[in-house]
Amino acid sequence: MSALWIATIGTSVIAFLLKYSGHSIPERFLSNPKIQRINALIPIALLSALVAVQTISEKSKLIIDHRLAGVGVAIIALLLKAPFPVVVLSAACTSAAIYNWF
Amino acid sequence: MSSPDNGYLRQNRRVSKVASTTVRDSFSVSLTVGAYGVAFGAASVANGFSVLQSCLLSLLTFSGASQFAVVGVMGAGGNPISAIATASLLGVRNGLYGVIMAPRLKVRGIKRIVAAQITIDESTGVALNQESRGADAMRHGFYLTGFGVFIFWNLFTLAGALGAQAMGDIRAWGLDAAVPAAFLGLVWPRLLTHRDRIIAISAVALALALTPILPAGLPIIATAFIAIAVGFRP
Repeated sequence: MSALWIATIGTSVIAFLLKYSGHSIPERFLSNPKIQRINALIPIALLSALVAVQTISEKSKLIIDHRLAGVGVAIIALLLKAPFPVVVLSAACTSAAIYNWF
Repeated sequence: MSSPDNGYLRQNRRVSKVASTTVRDSFSVSLTVGAYGVAFGAASVANGFSVLQSCLLSLLTFSGASQFAVVGVMGAGGNPISAIATASLLGVRNGLYGVIMAPRLKVRGIKRIVAAQITIDESTGVALNQESRGADAMRHGFYLTGFGVFIFWNLFTLAGALGAQAMGDIRAWGLDAAVPAAFLGLVWPRLLTHRDRIIAISAVALALALTPILPAGLPIIATAFIAIAVGFRP
């Protein structure tokens, strides 16, 4: 089985088990305020890290290229409170323009 | 317009009729999520997943942040273990939503399996928004939004995946920047306080600092420790 299939199936199985366990286990195990707090912060850390890695790295190297310009424009769009599709499209257009013309 | 039957009728209707505000809430959330579905389908294919794998992730994993994470980590060259671990850390919150919803849904067997699968940010969020309208409205909101998002998310994933597949060189279309921009769109609304922003910036710095040192995927998981360290103290 290829790595992508392992990732696809493994993620799906664990995602379901996590959802199902919430419906099945006693409330006290997961209602600890510390766990609640950490749980709210984890997406912030992981998603921010993903943004950085997908923007400025390739394999194990740090590279500044057209992607950073695209994400920079996305940040401007977000600061201007643009809706999600506008954010993504402005990043794509900027990055594509630089990639194709420079 | 009042009649002695009014109370009885209203009570009876409450069982079968779903409040139009609940329907509207559910529908608008479901449709909005579609845009993210397109982004996911495209991101998945851009990171090397097939159209079939992208669609299976949306059908089976059915949790946006986890799905973006697994394709992001694999795309960055990570191994499946780090991809699954990152996605699963993001999936823990669905378990917490299950804890909130279970006493309100009170379902067993196959119905519990279905309810669990559609326990996500959106279904739980809409359900909790209906709290003032009563227990029935909460259940309706949960199921309508859960099924609504499920349908739109999967259809739009397919559309995004097919679209990205048709593109050929994804860099020429800017998809390699659209993917991190989509992640950014996911995390941005969560940055509410000064502390949240510090965590985000620290995570960016830590992940980039570790990228040349650790195998791909691990720099991302490592940032979970920032969240744990900050969340551990009151």
